[in-house]
Amino acid sequence: MSATWAAILVLAAGSYALKLAGLSLPAGVLERPLVRRVALALPVALLAALVAVQVAADGARVTVDARAAGLGVAVLLLLARANFLVVVVGGAVTAALLRWWVG
Amino acid sequence: MPDPTVSEERRAVTRQGLAIGVATGLYGTSFGAVGVASGLSVAQTCALSFLVFTGASQFAFVGVLVAGGSPWSGAATGLMLGARNTLYGLGLAPRLQWRGWRRAGAAQVVIDESSAVATATSSTSAARVGFLVTGISVFVLWNAMTLVGALLGTALGDPRTYGLDAAVGAAFLALLWPRLTDRRTVAVAVAAALLALVLVPLTPAGVPVLAAASVALVAALLPAPSGAAGAAGTAEDVR
Repeated sequence: MSATWAAILVLAAGSYALKLAGLSLPAGVLERPLVRRVALALPVALLAALVAVQVAADGARVTVDARAAGLGVAVLLLLARANFLVVVVGGAVTAALLRWWVG
Repeated sequence: MPDPTVSEERRAVTRQGLAIGVATGLYGTSFGAVGVASGLSVAQTCALSFLVFTGASQFAFVGVLVAGGSPWSGAATGLMLGARNTLYGLGLAPRLQWRGWRRAGAAQVVIDESSAVATATSSTSAARVGFLVTGISVFVLWNAMTLVGALLGTALGDPRTYGLDAAVGAAFLALLWPRLTDRRTVAVAVAAALLALVLVPLTPAGVPVLAAASVALVAALLPAPSGAAGAAGTAEDVR
């Protein structure tokens, strides 16, 4: 089995265990304020880092290219309260058009 | 004897759940296309939607692969993002009141959308209806549209031509956006993004994102009365 398949199955088993744990654990276990604050801040930190790496990393370099323009358009669409699919397609089309135009 | 207000609420959450299911399911197309663009096979992309079934973790996994990271750092990032589903589950358990195999089955569809619909209801029966209708309609459509997106992505060829690499960044931003509810949260996001960028030239791909999780730990440890109140408020909403 390839490492990719193995990682997918581990992620699947772990994701299911995390969901089931929430439904099964006694309510008091994770109700300490610190645990809640970490659990709420974790997705914010990870998603923000993913945005940054996805848009600006090119291998081991940090660059500004067509992806940054795509992200700019995504911000505008989110400010205009566009739905998820419109934001994603808007970002992609912007980057694609810019690349086509610049050549 | 059926209470008319209860059955009315059940009808209302059914409509709400179906609408959310259709809207969320449709963007499974973008996950499918991005998945094959990151080098996964159609089967691997569909397996993520079927087995992992929590959008942010799935996007994180392929996002780390796109950046050149190992599948293991992708899985680690995905698991940290999936930890919020535990919090949702803790809030859902007293409302749904399921045991045994019902609870085991329900666990797979504990996601942002089903949790939001179920926690906004006023009775156990409406919570169950809202949770199941939302969870199952998202599950069915998300998986069907992942397959459609994966097949389309395969047919399209070089993902960069269509800006699919930029689509991943836009997807993460759209997932992040509704969480940026106060200044403290925005500060966490900015600090995490900066830390990741600083680490890009210094560490192997995949590590910058994992390291950014430390910002969440530091932020949770810092004393901040107003911010803490905001976080507690959000936690109350989940319950």
